[in-house]
Amino acid sequence: MYGKGLRALSFSTVVAVTGALTLVFFYAPLDEEQGFLQKIFYVHVPLAIIALCGFVLGALLAIAHLRTRDPRWDMRSYVVIHMSLIFALATLITGSIWAKGSWGHWWVWSEPTLVSFLIVFLLYATYQPLRFAIEDPERQARTASVFAITAGAFVPMNFIAVRLASAYLHPRVLGNTSNLPGPMALTFVVSLVAMGLLFATLCKYELTAKHTRSQLRALRRRLGALPDTPSPRRSAAPGQGVAGQRSIGARVAGGGAAP
Amino acid sequence: MFLLAETPALPLHTAGKYVAAAYVVVFAIVLIYVAIMAIRLGRIERDLGELLALDEDAAGRAEVQAHEALAPEAHEDPSRESAPA
Repeated sequence: MYGKGLRALSFSTVVAVTGALTLVFFYAPLDEEQGFLQKIFYVHVPLAIIALCGFVLGALLAIAHLRTRDPRWDMRSYVVIHMSLIFALATLITGSIWAKGSWGHWWVWSEPTLVSFLIVFLLYATYQPLRFAIEDPERQARTASVFAITAGAFVPMNFIAVRLASAYLHPRVLGNTSNLPGPMALTFVVSLVAMGLLFATLCKYELTAKHTRSQLRALRRRLGALPDTPSPRRSAAPGQGVAGQRSIGARVAGGGAAP
Repeated sequence: MFLLAETPALPLHTAGKYVAAAYVVVFAIVLIYVAIMAIRLGRIERDLGELLALDEDAAGRAEVQAHEALAPEAHEDPSRESAPA
């Protein structure tokens, strides 16, 4: 189910990432102020944008879960937030490297953009421990969805609040793309598309892996290799815990897996 | 951006290290993720192999049971023939 179109998506991601890297290093001109160091912009900013959009998308998927009570929406929300967290970590690391090269410091605590992004990252870093703390999978999914919606609403509010702040070192990007010369803007857009495709591909791989694994569990149970009641094992991932295996497994056995 | 404008651009040999580090970090994260996916795929393949073996065992057992169910009938027939009328 989730594996459909994976090959085409992977291929377009490879093409887009290769194209973006080619544009970054062979087409985009050197920045007058920062020189070669500005090349970090083409990886750092798309990572940040995709990570923040991913958090908001996770909230939208959580809304779908609460509306339908379908555990598959919870699974999607979980995977998207999980991937956004990885992208956010990469944003923090690349941003720190850029700050060190540009400002001479790894981190500037007086800078609202940096601190607010760190707050968002730390907020979402509690998502998995929160899930892990709740044993009952249905309650876990419900609580995680509420968390995802609340935190997802916090992301744009935080973004607006930071933009309203007056003093900052961090350069503004969104809304000021017209300041970029044509070749730089094109490179930025291609990098953003490439990063978006990478995000979508990784999410799809993760979903496919999780779905295949739950199908295998259902099949194993049907063949009698596993007891009807799964071993009590707590997990943060949806469908990997005790009753989660049963509910998703039942869906798989009743729906997709049967010929 | 105004403050950045005051700082001079780093020479290529200095800036190159930072740019390389940033791109290597992203590449490494993707690589680690792909490695984790490969490990998971290996686990799924192993599970699938186990299930196939289980299925073969079950099929073999069913065949043996079918033979055993047929066997008494096959034994009974000659005895019927040899029995005096």
